[in-house]
Amino acid sequence: MTDTFADLLACEDIVMFANAAIAGTGQREFRSTAAAQRFGLRFLHDYVCGNYRDVYTAMLAIDINDHNAATIIHTLLATSAQATPQQRRAERPLIDRRLRGLPPQRAYKLFHALQRDRVNNRRTRAIIRDYRAARPDPALDAVKYRAALKAATRHAHLRLPGEYGTFLYDPLRPARYDTPLLETWRRAHYSASALYDLPLTVAEGFAAKHGIARTDFLRAIAPAATRGEALRLQSAAARADAPALRVDLHRVPLTRLAGYVLSLDLDERARRRGELTGALAAAARTAAGRRAGTWGRTAAVLDDSYSSFGSPAKRRRPLAVALACHYLLDALAERHTSHWVSGRTDPLMAYPRGSSPLAERVLDALETAPPRLIVVSDGHDDTPDVCASVLSAWRHRVDPGRATSVTHLNPVFDAEEFTPVRLSPAIPTVGIRAAENLPALVGLARFAEGTSGLHDLRSHLADQVERYLADSGDPR
Amino acid sequence: MSPLPGLRTAAAQVWGGIRLVPLIRDEPITDLRLHARIDDADLTVSRTRDGGPYLAYVPHAYVATWAAGGAPAAAFGTQIIDSGTAPDAVTIRVHQRFVQREARSRLRFLPLHLAMEGYLALHFGGPSVVWPEWSKQAVRAGLSPRAERSYSGHHIADLEEALRVFEILPGQCGVVVYVGDSPATAFAVPHPDDYRALHPTLLLDMYGELVFVNGLLGPRAAPLHTPFDHRRVGGIADLRAVLAEQRRAWAEFHDTLMAGSLRITDEHTVDHVYSAGNYRLERFLPPFRPKAENHIGERIVAADGTVAYLKTFRLSENQVKRGYVLAALAAHDWRLDAAADALGTDRGGLVARLDRLGFGNLLRRDLRDRFARRR
Repeated sequence: MTDTFADLLACEDIVMFANAAIAGTGQREFRSTAAAQRFGLRFLHDYVCGNYRDVYTAMLAIDINDHNAATIIHTLLATSAQATPQQRRAERPLIDRRLRGLPPQRAYKLFHALQRDRVNNRRTRAIIRDYRAARPDPALDAVKYRAALKAATRHAHLRLPGEYGTFLYDPLRPARYDTPLLETWRRAHYSASALYDLPLTVAEGFAAKHGIARTDFLRAIAPAATRGEALRLQSAAARADAPALRVDLHRVPLTRLAGYVLSLDLDERARRRGELTGALAAAARTAAGRRAGTWGRTAAVLDDSYSSFGSPAKRRRPLAVALACHYLLDALAERHTSHWVSGRTDPLMAYPRGSSPLAERVLDALETAPPRLIVVSDGHDDTPDVCASVLSAWRHRVDPGRATSVTHLNPVFDAEEFTPVRLSPAIPTVGIRAAENLPALVGLARFAEGTSGLHDLRSHLADQVERYLADSGDPR
Repeated sequence: MSPLPGLRTAAAQVWGGIRLVPLIRDEPITDLRLHARIDDADLTVSRTRDGGPYLAYVPHAYVATWAAGGAPAAAFGTQIIDSGTAPDAVTIRVHQRFVQREARSRLRFLPLHLAMEGYLALHFGGPSVVWPEWSKQAVRAGLSPRAERSYSGHHIADLEEALRVFEILPGQCGVVVYVGDSPATAFAVPHPDDYRALHPTLLLDMYGELVFVNGLLGPRAAPLHTPFDHRRVGGIADLRAVLAEQRRAWAEFHDTLMAGSLRITDEHTVDHVYSAGNYRLERFLPPFRPKAENHIGERIVAADGTVAYLKTFRLSENQVKRGYVLAALAAHDWRLDAAADALGTDRGGLVARLDRLGFGNLLRRDLRDRFARRR
């Protein structure tokens, strides 16, 4: 099947949106403000939803980030009137499935946003009702997300069972609750000893109210902390001498772990080298799963220039992605070599500093003629046009037979270009948010290269949707 | 060849209308370093020498508390001193805007309009011979105090962002700032650590009106490169050669064409201020050629000609005109008639010109009135 010119354009639009939805989070980046990022993403969402609604919906099935997943659901619900009945029928299972996969705070935040923007139709109300009904622990939700649940209840005209209505609207009237967690919450208002059975974020508020010292609080709250909360509190836990808060690093997801490692100063990283390297390698093996060791020989060019600092809102995120990719590729490949842009060689000691002579490093890596080359960078070379030109010349003159496949993974969404910056037209660029998605993204790269057409892309997405819906949908 | 001996040009980094060209020193200078504040516990500049005395330089308008418990003071003119002594400094009155900066306990500079006034006073001492035409005030106080209008880096479009996203290179000791692809200032220090500490101060610097206008109206700076013939490429080695050639060509283009005006030539007036050890502190004035790029500045030069420290200020067209007339006057010992001859005018013309350029108060009142009546 040959594609028309319009098909090619459509394909390009869709790939552009997919890349943006994977990388962009609406947060401040190294080179642009949060407002510019949000504006760029907003435009893309409106444009793609208006022109390719079915593809827009299907995006929920691929590895786009949670921020954009929530935005897609919001946009779909807000434009319900424009959808045909078939489209609405197709959208519903995907929305339900993706909502279940979102962290609950994100889902409740979405409901809050729907209320704020006055998006209220029968479908929206049904979706909120079903989501709440399917939550495993209603008492925990009620205590932990009280304000958001209240907003959602009011917005979707929900009738809550048992004591929950009273709990949301007149919480301190009953002399006691029958649900244990609600009763603990009530007692925590008056007794400091009750608050340690509450979720950490809720207990923090009560601890402040009762004037409990932070160190005492951290020591006693440790059993209630989730893994994410505990990871955030690692250095505080060390200061407060609260060993129960220490996280078993082997169970932290790869990119998170990389971010944590980079937050430590160089001395500490050197001191805990064995532990950290072991944890990173273990996390990478988990992420690689059955694909471990199947990729043959690989090489990577990883950006640790100053711009990989990211921004105060996503501190060292691009560098963390690069570091995680290093360990993941190590696990995926039989033999792997990384070339850091700065020329430093110790991945554990990576820090964002210096300029980006990307072109030279890419040539260094190409010289070893690896069958697969991955470049993780924000795409800003210090000689931009030269780099693009050199890589085109390499693709067309030195390696026309495609003995080496090159993929550029870009963790930064460029709001002005509406897509992550490309290194060169000859090399496909795909957005990346978490290193765990690397294998799937490399699969997506053939669409970014323009070698596969719209037809392929649609069938690829249909395939993804089917597989996604068949998946159980338990939150990861 | 680089217009700044001892410094090598690297690939420019571009943001909006700003082009920042890094200057690399292959071997950092270690026996002349930024002066550490004497009472300072929080200085970010690391020391390569342990404890021993070294030669220190204090940039013009560098503000610090030089004595424990003392008031903040600004260095007046760049100085070279022993590491253990405090420089000559002008105590400054702390006002509201300044206090905020003080609180951040960093290296910092005066709001630089003060510094610009200082510059002109340093460069032109006023009439050296008391010819009767000059007013008493001019003879007594020289050109000082006079106000020069200048803009802080915050007012230059895109400069703040450009400096923030700039990636400092390993070994970088300086930078040439282009605004609207016209040179605004060149800045170089002896050691990369000093540069890292002083990089943000480029934003606190002053820039002339011309630079401000270039920032508003100048073109967006585009990355520059020469296209190369893809058919010549046969392997990776060729691509490496292409890259190296591109970098070399860029450096050469920059050094000869873009930064040519930064080269100190015989036409510059170089005032040798002070020598210490191996180093010579100089202030230089351009030839004041109207419609050309003119920079005034200070530099510290080693005995072998290496530029250890450099700071330039791009003069606006009006300032060049003023400099041109003042330079002619100074060259003729401040004699009105001789200077008028040299400028191709007569006494009346010169008086009118001085009046127009804002130097009227240097002349005696009755002289100005007489020529004003005649016009």
